[in-house]
Amino acid sequence: MPEKSDAIGLDRLQPGEAGLVQAVEAEPALATRLADLGFCPGTPVRVARRAPLGDPVLYELRGYQIALRRSEARRIRVRAGRR
Amino acid sequence: MSEATAPGALSEATAPGALSEATAPGALAAGAPDRLAEASPELVEARSPADLRLGLIGSPNCGKTTLFNALTGLRARVGNYPGVTVERREGVARLGGRRVELVDLPGTYGLRPVSPDEEVVERLLAGKLEGVGAPDALLVIADACALERSLLLVAEVMALGKPTCLVLTMVDELAARGGRLDVARLEAALGIPVLAVVGHRGLGLDALRARLASPETWERPVVPPPQPAAERAGWVDSVVSAVVQRRPGRHRLTDAVDRVVLHPVWGSLLFAVVMVTFFQAIFAWATPAMDAINGLVAAGGDRVGEALPPGLFRDFLVDGVIAGVGAVVIFLPQIMLLFALLSTLENLGYMARAAFVVDRLMGRIGLEGRSFVALLSSYACAIPGIMATRGIPSPKNRLVTILVAPLMTCSARLPVYTLLIAAFVPAATVGPLGVQGLVLLGLYLLGSLSALAVAAVLKRQVVGPERLPFYMELPPYRVPTLRLVLWQVLDRAWAFLRRAGTIILLVSMVLWVLLTFPRSEPPAEASPSEAASYALEHSVAGRIGHGIEPAIAPLGFDWKIGVGLVASLAAREVIVATLAQIYAATGDQTSLRDAIRADVDPATGQHVFDPATVASLLVFFVFALQCVSTLAIMRRETNSWRWPAFAFSYLLALAWGASFVTHRIVSLVATRGAA
Repeated sequence: MPEKSDAIGLDRLQPGEAGLVQAVEAEPALATRLADLGFCPGTPVRVARRAPLGDPVLYELRGYQIALRRSEARRIRVRAGRR
Repeated sequence: MSEATAPGALSEATAPGALSEATAPGALAAGAPDRLAEASPELVEARSPADLRLGLIGSPNCGKTTLFNALTGLRARVGNYPGVTVERREGVARLGGRRVELVDLPGTYGLRPVSPDEEVVERLLAGKLEGVGAPDALLVIADACALERSLLLVAEVMALGKPTCLVLTMVDELAARGGRLDVARLEAALGIPVLAVVGHRGLGLDALRARLASPETWERPVVPPPQPAAERAGWVDSVVSAVVQRRPGRHRLTDAVDRVVLHPVWGSLLFAVVMVTFFQAIFAWATPAMDAINGLVAAGGDRVGEALPPGLFRDFLVDGVIAGVGAVVIFLPQIMLLFALLSTLENLGYMARAAFVVDRLMGRIGLEGRSFVALLSSYACAIPGIMATRGIPSPKNRLVTILVAPLMTCSARLPVYTLLIAAFVPAATVGPLGVQGLVLLGLYLLGSLSALAVAAVLKRQVVGPERLPFYMELPPYRVPTLRLVLWQVLDRAWAFLRRAGTIILLVSMVLWVLLTFPRSEPPAEASPSEAASYALEHSVAGRIGHGIEPAIAPLGFDWKIGVGLVASLAAREVIVATLAQIYAATGDQTSLRDAIRADVDPATGQHVFDPATVASLLVFFVFALQCVSTLAIMRRETNSWRWPAFAFSYLLALAWGASFVTHRIVSLVATRGAA
């Protein structure tokens, strides 16, 4: 089990990088919806690309692509690493 | 195609090897009694009169709409759920000789509500929504290519304890991407029936229909899936590892196209090109059709006018009813064009990309990328623009977009702008630019910038920040079928006619009454145009014009402009025709231009349309919501009169304030200049 301390916000991953979700630290509504979207502990996530203006960012997980704003992606804690 | 051959055709024609053959027996077994039913429908109807309600649940982009359309044909009823802006869509299908009501629930990624709008779905499913029956059984629609994500929703639906059936869509795409999953194993792992379809080609639908007719026979899970997020994800992962024999590869076309479409330079450029084309299309391409409708309505009016003896009834029919119908139908070309483009781009997958590209800009004022298209459409007309807000999932962002859409300079303002600009702005040039054009550009900018500013204020002060997170799926590019696009266009057009058209028609007729009654006898020596002018001045509308004169005098408006403002409630450009009638001008713009230029206030000897009044009137039209059609569509889209009343009031206050300030400033500058 990895230490909590090496978890970073999902927004800090660069395009092409991947990470493993460790935890979602958000208020209940946001946490609920992020879980529905598949952001659960143990789920691998890859950064597909950024929007031309830098935000939002497109993520790949569970076989699909979803865009999140950085302010919300930050609440998803991931451990960086290759898939 | 009979049910017996459908499963075979599915796996042969479209999904070679993607699905294990084990689907066939299940479908066959269910299909067999159905053949009997089709042979003698009357018999079956007598045998099973009981109605069945089926709820369709699925995430956005999962093919739910296509499936719903395929099952119900073109017989969907569209409305709103009580008290919220969520669209309610129901249809009836004959399944296995049984009359089945299908409830198309709003696309969602989860059932636990995070907004009041989502609570409606929760209450509906629990049967706690007044006047709306709870579904007896549920159909979860899932994209076979994104099974890992879709099963999260399936788990939630199964926990509701109703008979549940899973429909896998896009199985052709799964096969094309080299994916393979075992449907029989999935059925066993979930404990519910699983059927695969290719919705847009109708493959697998016969087997599905047969199965849907009898939810009583659906297998039920022994133990429902766990609900806490982490356990649910673990459950999904274990199911996926058991049934997915080969994961679908990446959608290569999507990857390739997105490298251009989402490229910082090319993507932004493409976005600009698409949006300009889009705007051009609803602005210009609809014009021939709108002219044709105007011509037809005028010709129809003339015909009726010739056929009937002169009198009140003829006037009512021609100027009230036929003109009112024309006022409704005139919106159809723009609405249909807009939705043809919108539906094509949406189903293609571009709309989500466009919103992705522009989201950051819109986020600055508290809105989101998907508001952009609605606001852009409003440059042509706020009606289709407001209808286009349905693509915005956040209720608060959608409301703010609806409330500021009337500020975008719509095409109905152009006749007013051109009349006033042509009459009073000198045709001089500043460098290479014409002053008249610059004034027009300034009016467009004033409207657009005000819309953005007002949106920021409304978001902060009135509706409050959105607690819903922003999330937007970027689905793989998929070429939409003509059928789906046509269906969506007709659906929108019909919704407009039925839901807003009736109000617009009614108000047009009421306005005719106001402009016509009470009837007064014009002086004997008056010419026909003078008689019309006299009648208008003494009508209710004329009296209202006089009545509101004290309120609009500070803006530099006299009673004649007041009558024009009242009449322009029907549509902004009506003020031109009304002023023509008041000034007893013969109808063409040149003579009206001369008439308003020459008009002198008998009390002061000053020109009525001095520079200050013209500027003030232009500014008034930038802001005021002089359009009952917009109010009607707002009422329909927000499901209450509260928001149209709010929009009308705040825009009227804004218009009055801005016009007052403009009038003061221009008067000051003019007197200084004179002195």
